[in-house]
Amino acid sequence: MSEKFRADFYQNFIEDDRWKYILEGLGNTIKITFFAVLLGIALGFLVAVIRSTYEKTHKLRLLNLVCRIYLTVIRGTPVVIQLMIIYFVVFGSIRIDKVLASVLAFGFNSGAYVAEIFRSGIMSMDNGQFEAGRSLGFNYRQTMFYIIVPQAFKNVLPALGNEFIVLLKETSVAGYIAVQDLTKGADIIRSRTYSAFMPLMAAAIIYLGMVMIFTYFVEKLERRLRNSDH
Amino acid sequence: MTIKNKPLIQVEHLGKSFGGLEVLKDINVDIYKGDVVCVIGPSGSGKSTFLRCLNRLEEPTGGKIFFEGVDITNPKTNIDRHRQKMGMVFQQFNLFPHMTIMKNLTIAPIKLQGRSQEEAEGEALKLLERVGLADRTGAYPSQLSGGQKQRIAIVRALCMKPDVMLFDEPTSALDPEMVGEVLNVMRDLAREKMTMVVVTHEMGFAREVANRVMFMDEGYFLEENPPEEFFANPKNERLKSFLGKVL
Repeated sequence: MSEKFRADFYQNFIEDDRWKYILEGLGNTIKITFFAVLLGIALGFLVAVIRSTYEKTHKLRLLNLVCRIYLTVIRGTPVVIQLMIIYFVVFGSIRIDKVLASVLAFGFNSGAYVAEIFRSGIMSMDNGQFEAGRSLGFNYRQTMFYIIVPQAFKNVLPALGNEFIVLLKETSVAGYIAVQDLTKGADIIRSRTYSAFMPLMAAAIIYLGMVMIFTYFVEKLERRLRNSDH
Repeated sequence: MTIKNKPLIQVEHLGKSFGGLEVLKDINVDIYKGDVVCVIGPSGSGKSTFLRCLNRLEEPTGGKIFFEGVDITNPKTNIDRHRQKMGMVFQQFNLFPHMTIMKNLTIAPIKLQGRSQEEAEGEALKLLERVGLADRTGAYPSQLSGGQKQRIAIVRALCMKPDVMLFDEPTSALDPEMVGEVLNVMRDLAREKMTMVVVTHEMGFAREVANRVMFMDEGYFLEENPPEEFFANPKNERLKSFLGKVL
């Protein structure tokens, strides 16, 4: 048994330096996730502020409409389709870097979900906080920036953490545009060695490990921010 | 007096409707520097709406309000600048829970009035000493009692050096044993000639501290008098019945 295990391990990871598929794939997965998260936060924050400003003040009507269309389309279609449209259609004629195309696709996709998370956080804030800020003389933007958003961010942190876990795992479909990410790397090994167990298990364990590490840090951040609510 | 004082706040034909509901009908009042005006009346009479119109937390739907000679109901007026001179204290305190007490007190003076941190903190500390909370600068609002929160909320408004203080039922959300400490702070303020407009159910406070008491019902000011006259000799029928119920 252990003899077979060792042989399998050798064949899937050591022979022909196949571990490099996993390592390179992991690198791409991390790269895509990291920059997609940044893009998603920036975009989601912007959309959330526009949407809640419209809901509170009925200003920014046109921008709000654009945001709603964005949310409807992104949340209404599968991320794989969005990824392929971006790579094969939007940038079909100029062949951009596949990792960059993935960052854009997953970032735009995540932005829609982040936007709704942020918006729910902003809209659930007690209106008294808003009024207290305005009554001191802060304008709308300052009140948002100093008073509403920091509290809203703290409140939605668990939901936000969850969204990024989902995003990390969703990048596993990047192989559809032939990005060699962690999943694709494992799959390449499988196709070379005709043995599925080892490479797929390795990929699964690495995803799980990343999620656990990430969850640990989110919980730590939550605890730190909770310091003000004794 | 030979020189006629200009009112600090002039309210002319103020009206406010929510949808079809007319909450304020025709409000006219002048408030002078040093006035302590208490507004009383049954719930739903429009007292809070009146107060919130004064700094445009509610947008008036009719009439004009002049503050220090400026028409603040004019949409072109920069209301944010004038609000800095109108401190407001809320029933629910509305302290910023994510900031320490010191940050609650200094963020507006630093960000809006360009004061240095040392200056703002020094002034905040002086005011905190006066309300007996100088030892709580590093605490968060959730660590304070209701009475302490409201005293901090008053100090937060005072840190902006306002020309008038608006109080919206400042003791209504407090446990009975904490009402006194907040009223004491307000009493001290009145003694220092701070101009105050107070919506309240505290008849004792109105009688003792106010120089003008106004009775509001169904969107009108129905009666206004100095407190002795107001409580001893009410004329309006509805005021008589209201006082009969609350005194």
